[in-house]
Amino acid sequence: MDLSNTHMLDDAVVTTKIDAVVNWGREASLWPFVFGTACCAIEFMATAASRYDISRFGAEVLRFSPRHADLLVVAGTVSYKQAPILKQIYDQMPEPKWVIAVGACASTGGFYDNYTTLQGIDEIVPVDVYVAGCPPRPEAILDAVLDIQRQLKREESFEVRNTEFKGKLDDV
Amino acid sequence: MMSNFIMIDALEIFQTIKDAKEKDGFTFLLDITCIDNLHKKYPASTRFELVYILRHSEFKETKIFKVAVVDEEVGVESISSLFDSADWAEREVYDQYGINFENHKMLKRLLNHMEFEGHPLRKDYEITKGQYCTTSQDMMDEMKPLLKDRELDMQKDDLMIVNLGPSHPASHGTIRTLAALDGEKIVAAASEVGYLHRGFEKSCENHNYNQIIPYTDRLNYCSALMNNIAFAKTVEEMMDITLPDRGIFIRVILAELSRVIDHLVCLAAGLLDMGGQTNYWYLFNPRNDAYDFLSKLTGARLTNSYMRIGGMTHDLYDGWQSDLEDVLTKIDFGITESLKMITHNRIYNDRIQDISPVSSKQAISYGFTGPNLRASGVAYDLRFAKPHYYYDTFDFDMVVGSVGDTYDRMMVRFEEMNESMKIIKQAVKRMPSGDINVNDRRITMPKKSCVYGGIEDMMNQFMLVTDGVKVPEGEHYGAFEAANGELGFYIVSDGSGTPYKVKVRPPSFYHMSAYPKIIENYQVADAIMTLGSLNIIAGEMDR
Ligand code: SF4
Repeated sequence: MDLSNTHMLDDAVVTTKIDAVVNWGREASLWPFVFGTACCAIEFMATAASRYDISRFGAEVLRFSPRHADLLVVAGTVSYKQAPILKQIYDQMPEPKWVIAVGACASTGGFYDNYTTLQGIDEIVPVDVYVAGCPPRPEAILDAVLDIQRQLKREESFEVRNTEFKGKLDDV
Repeated sequence: MMSNFIMIDALEIFQTIKDAKEKDGFTFLLDITCIDNLHKKYPASTRFELVYILRHSEFKETKIFKVAVVDEEVGVESISSLFDSADWAEREVYDQYGINFENHKMLKRLLNHMEFEGHPLRKDYEITKGQYCTTSQDMMDEMKPLLKDRELDMQKDDLMIVNLGPSHPASHGTIRTLAALDGEKIVAAASEVGYLHRGFEKSCENHNYNQIIPYTDRLNYCSALMNNIAFAKTVEEMMDITLPDRGIFIRVILAELSRVIDHLVCLAAGLLDMGGQTNYWYLFNPRNDAYDFLSKLTGARLTNSYMRIGGMTHDLYDGWQSDLEDVLTKIDFGITESLKMITHNRIYNDRIQDISPVSSKQAISYGFTGPNLRASGVAYDLRFAKPHYYYDTFDFDMVVGSVGDTYDRMMVRFEEMNESMKIIKQAVKRMPSGDINVNDRRITMPKKSCVYGGIEDMMNQFMLVTDGVKVPEGEHYGAFEAANGELGFYIVSDGSGTPYKVKVRPPSFYHMSAYPKIIENYQVADAIMTLGSLNIIAGEMDR
């Protein structure tokens, strides 16, 4: 084959950036770890059930080991007692990883402004998408997954994310 | 109408309660709590008072004992040797109020973490003062005495310690169990709760009665409306008001619908834990249809906040009957299909029959209520024992199991859904017309059109929003047959619009306290099923 005639390759080869290929693959195969603690977790159950069907967006492979997952979905209230466990789970997840805070509680502590509730998980782990609602409707949770997909498309695929982040439980 | 209580001396507490149990037949300890009198307008003799709520074995009578605690560090004698349920109840009082219980085997924190300092429900503990926790406890301090009691040794008997949870798919996110295993068999276990402790009781002391309704939604979030109703009903009892009939019937329908959807989640999740995923679709999807109905009615799928003290926010919408009927048909279909798959299924039957049976005597001692108690063969249901809301005029049966194993606990729930649907159908037929709310401007809001049109209604609205509904001074324990069992509220009012104290008597809390004991001698896989069948809802367990 005469390789000097490059247009012959047009049909067989696509030139692109490595980031685009990797992210294209990642986008439709997010594996969530559901850190469900409270009411919001029940709405996550609905999101995973057949009516809302999270598998339409490629995120139905729910993992119960953090080492298998790349999307941490924190659905529910996180208390101070629960916080070190959340951190441990986040730390055990391999890079790259993304975090969704589902609902008012996970985002800010919600209406539990008291002695036992962590005022937002972003005190402990970095959060990529916050979902408003108490609890958010399943559509909102799906929207957050889509948001993550949009976000990760613009990222460099081999970069370690959130190196700057320093949570309240780091170095204690 | 307030509850009556009997004051007893701190030194006689053990003997008095023992007599009540053995001589007078008060065999059921419902709850133990404490009142901090620091901010009372008319101070009591001592700062702390303990409250013991007992129920008669015939389930008709309730007795409340109160004890003035002279010195919280000396405390009072523990009654955990009389009732198994007292074990965790006393630990909670110690944790939240710092009252000592002499002779308690393992008096340590229960809901708050181990690094916590102070006692949050004391009136001088500031509500927003959070304390970070850096590690979790290893729980060997609880495990070691257990092994010693059983004359087991880690090395010699070749035991393995396994930690289940709190982040474990089958522990529903918030329950931790430490189990010592001999092969696959659990020989000793200890559970830790409190991971979802969200300060419900402290929050109540800082909000007025109607503002508490949204908090009650999140106790048992699988049947939020039912908690609304239970709380509103308790407060209404304190104020001696009854709803107009239409309001009552709406409450009956919604309470029973909540019971059904609560059981649906329990069974769907339980069967999913067992690997029956198809059952999950069949049982969970009709629940979504019920949500559609509820969101059309209340505006929210899960946390409805539909009730108010003295009624509810608004009346039913036009065409609700056909929507509800449709939901019931779908639920019925889901149950039928699911039962088809499991009734004669050997895997299902073999895996859960004769697993973790709880005898009726044990169940009462553990403080079981609701479907779990009935599964053990105790015919107790508040809807029969103390009929309210015309429950005695509906035609339905109480579902009672025989041996109290995991199978019974699940099947009782299946049957109860049918009974609840029977009630709903009758209530729909009998639905009267008329008002839904108590017509008293000190309790319920005036119509918005009147608020904008007249000064009097505007004042009423203003007062209700700023001060809240005023509840006469006194103390009351109100109980309601919720989906998981007896949901009680012990409310202390100082006459203002904000409760002085609210204590929830959560059914799941007592079910959970029995869990480590009943899974003993069964396998890990059985323990998972047992947990599912007890239907532990962390929101109400940890509050
Ligand atoms: S945000 Fe609301 S629904 Fe979600 S966990 Fe918190 S209280 Fe529950």
